[in-house]
Amino acid sequence: MEKLIIGTREFSSRLLVGTGKYKDFQETQDAIVASGAQVVTVAIRRTNIGQNKDEPNLLDFLNPEKFIILPNTAGCYNVDDAVRTCNLARELLDGHNLVKLEVLGDEKTLFPNMTQTLEAARILVEDDFEVMVYCTDDPILCKELDDIGCVSIMPLAAPIGSGLGITNPYNIEIILENSNKPIIVDAGVGTASDATIAMELGCDGVLMNTAIAEAKKPILMASAMKKAIESGREAFLAGRMEKRLYASKSSPKDGVIK
Amino acid sequence: MNAKSIGITLNGSEIHLKSNSLKELLESLNLSEARFAVEINREIVPKSQIDNYTLNEEDVVEIVIAVGGG
Repeated sequence: MEKLIIGTREFSSRLLVGTGKYKDFQETQDAIVASGAQVVTVAIRRTNIGQNKDEPNLLDFLNPEKFIILPNTAGCYNVDDAVRTCNLARELLDGHNLVKLEVLGDEKTLFPNMTQTLEAARILVEDDFEVMVYCTDDPILCKELDDIGCVSIMPLAAPIGSGLGITNPYNIEIILENSNKPIIVDAGVGTASDATIAMELGCDGVLMNTAIAEAKKPILMASAMKKAIESGREAFLAGRMEKRLYASKSSPKDGVIK
Repeated sequence: MNAKSIGITLNGSEIHLKSNSLKELLESLNLSEARFAVEINREIVPKSQIDNYTLNEEDVVEIVIAVGGG
């Protein structure tokens, strides 16, 4: 499959995965390997004071040669917290400048606060971050984020962790038409067919966490998602047949025995 | 030596330290080997400056690590 290009980086996998909600770091690692994902999101949080010396660290389970770590600003509800978190992440990851910006609006919906998101995006792009931005599926706002210089626009398909699937495919289609940047559906996917639908629409990738982590068998679901993304991409590139109302024979009309 | 006793806010909690050395604070938290980042009074402290960094009374210190997230 052709490469996915995000900013200055190239990827062969179009599936991006989160690391939250798993039973332990081993399961996280096994699911990520099964998914074939190369971009892996992490959150940035205060360390526990009095941490046990032997307590495992997530980054010990993610080989930096194999994966691109994508720190997010989850939990941030304003520009200032989001920008501070990105600066901390850049220091933590030795100058790595790729970030997932999300500035949330409220706890219940986890919808993005788009006015704050736009402002944070401007500041971060100005400060040489490569910004992948979680946003609403509003085509106009997505275009603005594109114009600001974000390297990838990531509209939600449904609320984070909801598993409702692609709730507004028509908006996603308009966003795809308007944009020069990779469009990655971020949030809302529940099962493999949802990921395939996003890819068949022409999205450049899908970012997911809960759909894999909350499956009864996360590692099997990770493998299903890998195939779903590849199938959807191939179907998009192949170009689907036109729909028609009535049947159209697949076998020859003539030569049927009488 | 950094023997001065000071009070700081660390990750939102007020604590008292026997030493004003940032390096010693990080060692006491068993963080010397792990991947982390430090912000003091809203300014990032680059790794290269940690060893010689002296904490001041009432500094607000944030120490973060990467955790699971989506």
